Order: sequence, then C-alpha cells, then structure tokens
Amino acid sequence: MINLTLNGLNVSVEEGTTLLEAAKFFGFPILTLCHVDGLSSLGACRLCVVEIGEGPRAKLVSSCTYPAEEGLKVRTASERVIKARRMIIELLLASCPQSKTIQDIASKYNVRQQRFRQEHEECILCGLCVRMCEEQMMAKAIGFRGRGKDKSIGTPFDMRSDVCRLCGACMYICPVCQLRCTYTEPEKAICGGCANLSPPCLEKEQFDDMMCYMSPCVACEIKKD
Amino acid sequence: MGRENRGSLIKSIDDFITMQVRLVTHDNPGIPTLVIPAGTCGQASGANALIRMAKKELLQKKLTDKIRLRITGCHGFCAMEPSVLVEPRRTFYPKISPDDIITIIEAITKGNIVTRLLFVDPETGRRIEKQDDIPFFKRQVRTLIGRNEKVDPIRIHDYIRNNGYFALTKVLSSQKSRLVLEEVKVSGLRGRGGAGFPTGQKWELFASQRNGSAKYLICNADEGDPGAYMDRSILEGNPHSIIEGMMIGAYGTGATEGIIYVRTEYPLAIKHLNTALKQARELGLLGENIMGTDFSFDIGIVKGAGAFVCGEETALIKSIEGHMGEPRQRPPFPIVKGLHGKPTMINNVETWANIPVIMNMGGHSFARIGTQGSSGTKIFSLVGKIKNTGLVEIPMGMTIREVVQGIGGGPSGKGKIKAIQTGGPSGGCIPASRFDLAIDYESLKNVGSIMGSGGMIVMDDNTCMVDIAKYFMNFLKDESCGKCFPCRKGTQRMYEILDDISSGRGSLGSLDLLEELAVAVQDTTMCGLGQTASNPVLSTLRYFRDEYIEHIEKKRCPAGVCKDLIVYYINEHCKGCMLCIKACPEGAITGKKKQRHLIDTSKCIKCGSCKNVCKSGAVELI
Repeated sequence: MINLTLNGLNVSVEEGTTLLEAAKFFGFPILTLCHVDGLSSLGACRLCVVEIGEGPRAKLVSSCTYPAEEGLKVRTASERVIKARRMIIELLLASCPQSKTIQDIASKYNVRQQRFRQEHEECILCGLCVRMCEEQMMAKAIGFRGRGKDKSIGTPFDMRSDVCRLCGACMYICPVCQLRCTYTEPEKAICGGCANLSPPCLEKEQFDDMMCYMSPCVACEIKKD
Repeated sequence: MGRENRGSLIKSIDDFITMQVRLVTHDNPGIPTLVIPAGTCGQASGANALIRMAKKELLQKKLTDKIRLRITGCHGFCAMEPSVLVEPRRTFYPKISPDDIITIIEAITKGNIVTRLLFVDPETGRRIEKQDDIPFFKRQVRTLIGRNEKVDPIRIHDYIRNNGYFALTKVLSSQKSRLVLEEVKVSGLRGRGGAGFPTGQKWELFASQRNGSAKYLICNADEGDPGAYMDRSILEGNPHSIIEGMMIGAYGTGATEGIIYVRTEYPLAIKHLNTALKQARELGLLGENIMGTDFSFDIGIVKGAGAFVCGEETALIKSIEGHMGEPRQRPPFPIVKGLHGKPTMINNVETWANIPVIMNMGGHSFARIGTQGSSGTKIFSLVGKIKNTGLVEIPMGMTIREVVQGIGGGPSGKGKIKAIQTGGPSGGCIPASRFDLAIDYESLKNVGSIMGSGGMIVMDDNTCMVDIAKYFMNFLKDESCGKCFPCRKGTQRMYEILDDISSGRGSLGSLDLLEELAVAVQDTTMCGLGQTASNPVLSTLRYFRDEYIEHIEKKRCPAGVCKDLIVYYINEHCKGCMLCIKACPEGAITGKKKQRHLIDTSKCIKCGSCKNVCKSGAVELI
C-alpha cells in the first residue's frame, strides 16, 4: 500500500493506482474529458491536472496518468489548478464551441467567455476514438497522424480501412460531436453536422451482425420507413 | 590467412598500450601539417576546394613526405572559414582561397609564413600569427572542441595517438566499475542536454537498476534548436570521444547495449559515426570481450526522422521503438523503465564527450574548472548579430559580457547589442543590462532563460523582440507533438496573439491574455517542450514589455522589423542619385535626377533594398 495525502487527508491506496482513481475513490471528483473508464489514459486534454509537491517544487501533473507515490502531497482543487483548468476550458471553447460536453464543462467552471479568435474545429484530438477503436473494438482502424498544428486523426493514407467494421464506436465516444445522431430529433441536435453525414450502416448490408452504438439513429429510422 | 590484417585485433590491454606507444613514437610532430577544418560548416564555405587544391599541390610537388595534410572537423571559428591551421607553429590563416593554399605551401617549404594572409585583429589592426593569440581562441578553454584539431575523424589511429581510448584502458585495467561512478560523481558534471541533472547521480541510479537482463545507454544526438550546432561539431569532428565515453559509461553502470540517436539531417555526422564504429569494431574495441576482458559492449545508430520533440527522452525512446515520437508521463522514468521496458540512460553528446576527459584528468581536477555548482566547460554556438560567429567553449562562470565582447568581438553591424537568447526555443532572452551574469545552470534559470543545449543568439537593436518571440512560437507550434491540448493549441494561440501584436491589431488586453496563457501552458503540459514553450514569450515580456506596448499603443516597431507597422519614407537628405530607384524590385520609387525621390507606399513591399543602397541616409523608417 502507498500512503499519500489528498487535500490534507491521509489515505493509502494500492500500488499502481493513479491519482485520479485515488481522488475519485476518496470522494474528490476531478474534471476529465479525455479519460473514460475502461480505456487507457492518454493525458491529452490536461483538464484533470492536480498540484503535487510543495513550495517552489510544486507542479501540476495530469492525475489520469500520474501514479500514486509514497508521501506525495496532492491538491486537487488549489487556486493554481483551477486557474490553469479555466484557461484550458477557454482554449477548448475557442476551438470547439459547439460541443455540448465542452459547454457543460465551461458552465460548471463559470467560464462565460473566451478571448481568442473563434474557431469551429470539431476534433480536439482527445484520442478517445483511437483508444476505443483499438482497445474495446479491437480494430485499430484509426490513429493519429502528423504533429503540431497539422495533427489529425484518421485512417492510414485517408483510405477506407479494411479493418473498420463501421461499428460507430468512435462516434459514440466522441465528446465533441456526441449529438450528431439525434438527427431524427433536430431540436436536440446542436451541431447539425450529421445532416451532411451518411450513417455508416447504410453502406453495409449485414449491419445487424455488427455492434452498433448509435441510438437513436437516422439509419434505423430510414429502415423503418 | 596469407594476408596480414592491418587493423589487427587488440587482444589485451597490453596490446593496446603497445600500439599506442608505437603510434606516438613513430609520429614526428615536427613535420609541418596543414590542418583544414572540413565539418559541414567548413565544407559549406569552401573547404573542399582547399583540400583538393592542397592534395594536388602536395602530390605535384612531391611534398607528401615533407608536409602532411589533416582534414578535421570544425574548429569553431566559423566566421573565418575556410581556414587553415599550420602545425607545429600553429599559424592560423582565415578565409583563404584555393590559390592562397599554394602560397602557404610554398612558404612552409621555405619555413616562412605568409603575413598578408594572417588574421587581422579588428581592434588593434595588427596581424596575429598564432591561433592561440587570437582573442577568439585565447579566452576559451577548449578541452572538448580543441581536440577536433588533432584528430582526423575517420582515422581511429589519430584518436588513439592523441591519448584516445586510454581512459577506457585505465578503467578496464582497474577492474572496478565503482571507479567510474565515483570519478563522474566527484567531477560534478551535469547533463549538457539542458536540464543540468547531475550526471554522477543519474549514473549511480542507473547502475543500481536490476530490472531484467538488458540495460541500454543512449546518446541523444537529436540536436534541433535553431542556431545550435555544437553537438554536430563533436559528432563530425571527434566521434570516437563519444564512443569512448559511452563505453566507459557502460563499464561503470553495467549497460549491455548502446544506441546513438542522431538526427538524419546530419549526414556527415552519421557517416563519421558509422566509420568510427566500424573501425573500433575492427580493432576489437567494440564487441565481445573488449581487449581480452570480460566486458562486452556494442553501439548502434538510429536515425531520427526530423521531429524536434524527439530530443525529449521519452519521445526519443518511442521513436527508437518505432512508434510516433510522443512523450509520455514520467514516472516511470527511463532510468527505471525505458527502451523496450528496460532501464535506459540517456545522455547528451557533450556529456558523453566529457567522460573520457574526466577519466583522464581525474574527477577532482575536472571539478576545479568552472564554478562550484556547475563544473567543467560548455560549448556555445555563438550566432546572430555578432562579429565572431562560431563555437566557443568556455569554463562555466564566465560572464555573458566576456563571451559577447571578448570572444565574440562585439556587434557585427553598426547596431548596439540589446540581448542574447540562450537555450533555443525553450530558452529566453537576457537583456544587455544583465550581461555581468556569470553563466551557469542556476544563474540562467534565475533570469528566466535556460542553459539548454548551448545555443546563444546575439540580438542588436535591429532585432524586434516581438518578432523573436513570434519566430520561436512559430517553430514550436509546428514542432509540438500535439498530444497535450494546451501545448498544441496554446502555442498556436500564442503565435496568433503575437502575430496580431506585430501587425498592429493587438490590444493591451491581449498582452494580459498572452501572459495568462503562457503561464497556463507552462503549468499544464506534460513534457519539457511544453513546459518551456512559454519561455520566449515570458522572458521577452519580462524585459522588453515596453517594446510590446509600443507595438500596441503607438502601432510602431522600434526595430523596424514588423512589416505591417513600418513605412519607408525618403527625407530631405535625398540627393537624387537614383540608386534606390534601380534597387527597388517593385518600381515603387519615382523621381528625377538630383530631385528628391518619392516612395509609392501602395506599391512598397517593405523589403528595405532602398535603405540598404542609399548613401546619404535619406531612407527612413517611420
């Protein structure tokens, strides 16, 4: 067992526990975006930062990837953490204002404006779809490409992947455009991007054999008709 | 076998000593030698033509017995290349042409020097014969880069003759790996890659790792900072020193395999490294049972694919493993769990090159060079608006002023030196008011910069600090691996704000936002690249905030760099010489002879050609 301090509370956790898991277990919720139980941690969104250490050596680390260490002093909601988190939220809001998930996060942290040039990017490269595809759907059809501002997610050479079963898990897990398949109930749709997409199952005949994450789904509505 | 193998295998330590003694005694140091630096920089400035001419001349005049030719790596004085050093007198001839080399060879045969080709001291106007009397060289302590002159990098015998691999035999014959760890620890050497972690401590930690069978040593030769090339000079000029350093490290820490991770943009370095490794293997200095002992070690080369972030240790390991070069969370540190999940120790090129030096001179003597907390020497690549650009090796603790004025020789143009930038994109700017600062790891950190791998860019008052910050941010937004959202997006947004300011669209509010964002990026990102990405912004904001404010409030760029904020204008001093009219690529200047000319601002592309050609100083920036 490893002993550490969480917001002043002395706790002990099993070896290999991440700070996020420890904090959650002992009742200190930490905001996450790119972390989902059941998928490996990537540490991409950095919303789950917590402050560790003391004095001038104190620093922020992402709690989803940082393992609990003996004697560590962790603060999950110090002023520095909140300030940094709010700046990340502002950046997210500036890049991807249409995501309901991000809007909810912003409202929770009382971030009501963003001061950057407004963009309407969809993908925030949280990597959830990549990990979902690889770890849960066992397909490895999509991955990251490029670096810096040119980084993107897609299939190799942008060609239709042979291993993709069109299961839709990537769309299901995506925090940015979750609501794209409420097409049948347009009042719920926020981005409206789905209107231009053809649901993947329409292109496969034997869709019933596949795992499908979409519900409700425009394709099912069409089939019903 | 009928034919004797020239590179006969060294089977014992005595074998090696015999060979070294033979090499030294058979060498006649009195024979005049033409030493031509032909690193990448030398070749670019024409060293190849010199070498061709020298070879031809020596062969034609049948002088090959009387005058020797040694082609070496970079000596450091890049501003004066192509140059020739004549040993044993150590006469230095800067910036010479292929024809000059004939004159020099002729003079050598007569025992003379060619006075008209000697270096002229810009301060006194006197000619200086010997290299070591030139101010640029005189003030340096050239323990590492000085060896480049002595060694032809593709001849292992050159290296052995100059005491090469002697430190290794010393370590091997002592049969105590503790010796290595103790000497390195006593020496106080700190990592030369930038962070300055005590090398001895790192080695001890690594030596105590018992996780599995394999343990890896890596030489980080992925030098990516713009304007920095000290690692390249060692890789090209003295590859055996790195190999020897790694071997000593392997013996001391029990590592089983070495890898040199070198960027593919250094073809000459890769070539020389490969040659050096091959020669060392042929001699039995690398491989199984080195020099008859039970110590076995080999080194391979991995070429990087051009990502700046792969200089970060966890990204470097991923890259070697064949994955995307992205850093990962530490802990676990590579020392515990690195390449292929095995303990891995990564050191910078310069750190490895220092190891044989330490073993030869002893840790205590090494610790006496430099300052208390930062021992030894450090190579800086001194570039920018300075007279003597090149590689300078100084003991830690020398002041910035001494480097810039004493070694660098002051500004290259008419401008006044305003600041230096150290540490590459992760570093910061240090203003001239702080030039009395003694250079070491802590002092640089205290003023908001870092030692980094050793880039030192000098800036004068024609350099705009907003533009500098924008340049580095542009570099970083392309080179961020993109994994952490705040690093990827934060560098893009910082660039965006800087671009706004430099084109007159900024507001004082955007300055606050910039600062807030810079701190957040520094705080929240995962690896060293992100955590230091804000330094160019924060340090320029700290020391040159008035320049930012002038850009925002007066819409004026004091250095005349930001094109959107400057207007070229011809004042009443114009004599009507029509030079600028001819120089203007856009035909934007009109006017008659002996009448004041006029610039059509709608056509002007602000290239500055008119200002450069004007003899009466009539072209102004407003």
